[in-house]
Amino acid sequence: MNEQPVILTRGLTRYFGGKPAVEGLNLEVPRGSVFAFLGRNGSGKTTTIRLLLGLLQPTRGEGAILGHDIRHLPTQARARIGYLTEEHQLYGWMSVKECGDFQSQFYPRWNEKIFRGVVGHFHLRMTSRVKDLSRGERAGLSLGLTLAPEPELLIMDDPTQGLDPVACRSLVESMIYLTRRSDRTIFFSSHQLADVERVADYIAILDRSVLRVCCPLETFRKSVQQVKLRFPGPPPPLPEIPGLLQAFRSEGELRLTCVNYNGATEQALRALAPVEMERVPISLEDAFISYLGERGEKSFILSETEAQP
Amino acid sequence: MSFSIVISTGSRVPIYKQISDQVRQAVVTGRLAVDDQLPSVRALAEELVVNPNTIAHAYADLTRDGLIESRAGRGVFITRKRKVFTPEEAWRRLEPLIDAAVGEAMALNFTHQQLKDAFEKKLGQWKQVKGGKPDNE
Repeated sequence: MNEQPVILTRGLTRYFGGKPAVEGLNLEVPRGSVFAFLGRNGSGKTTTIRLLLGLLQPTRGEGAILGHDIRHLPTQARARIGYLTEEHQLYGWMSVKECGDFQSQFYPRWNEKIFRGVVGHFHLRMTSRVKDLSRGERAGLSLGLTLAPEPELLIMDDPTQGLDPVACRSLVESMIYLTRRSDRTIFFSSHQLADVERVADYIAILDRSVLRVCCPLETFRKSVQQVKLRFPGPPPPLPEIPGLLQAFRSEGELRLTCVNYNGATEQALRALAPVEMERVPISLEDAFISYLGERGEKSFILSETEAQP
Repeated sequence: MSFSIVISTGSRVPIYKQISDQVRQAVVTGRLAVDDQLPSVRALAEELVVNPNTIAHAYADLTRDGLIESRAGRGVFITRKRKVFTPEEAWRRLEPLIDAAVGEAMALNFTHQQLKDAFEKKLGQWKQVKGGKPDNE
């Protein structure tokens, strides 16, 4: 197994007209991972993907993909990367089969079996014309065209956007199928946390151009915790609690969402003298929302590669 | 085999834990018996549409706790019955059920004695079914 990350960036930054779209990004994507790239709309995900593929030049910082500098990506390296976008170049007059034949000429390593397998998985007929395909069917065709050259790294920008639940599931199934080869890496951006929970083993979260999380999914889930404190009367005012993301107060109860819950957190909470204190796990979606919610402090960074603040 | 795993996304419980919990439950209730085979990591990943590492995590936990073992070249099997839960875990599971029952009984104005009697009666019935034998080990 090659230990070198498939994607590695250091301080990767891109400005558009004086405004940062991506600021100081340190991203590390391990080989063989299914890596979900998350963040709200406009947080810089698409810009990052375009930087990684050399479609945009960085203002500062550096990055490598499959060991090659992203500013000078050689053609051979590009051929090992599959990039799935919504605007996949498809000609309406071509049939599904013709699309495959056409695309295959650009790739020395074209696996027709994979193309037919993926296209079949989305229930497409080889004779259908592209212009007659539904959105989900087009997505299936694009996926087949992207996977047939057997890319080592598959990059997908919001692949399930606009797909119906059946097409979404087909896409997620294809992703699981891809993990049969342990050296294949999938890097995808998404807003569908249910899919992320199913397929991802690593996540990164971009928040307003800054990367705030980059770690295994399980590490993220464990580090965001909710604590329920019960009081005989109205809860006392909150002092400084390390790692506090969100606080809800109600009659006799305080519900706090904290990140990096540790001894210091526990001590600060015990000092409030609750009659009962209970830690409750929270769902991935709630953890994500607490993390990016307006009330949360902005200083917490979860990363395997950086020292915790 | 009448045993199948169902997972749900968006739960407070991570998927790997949903899987290991369901296997534990099935062993405790007898739906899975010693020497029953579980699907391979790959097969279960494709069936449930989840990352194979998630299944591997669940299986690793079950193996560590002695519920399942991997037999070379043959697959994953339920092992000889042992203690399925640690005492802390067992209590963590039982306590909310007792809380709910006691809370409901108080709300319905049962007396302490009535509740104790009902509990004794239930334990007696269970003893008859199980022959009073402790079922662990």
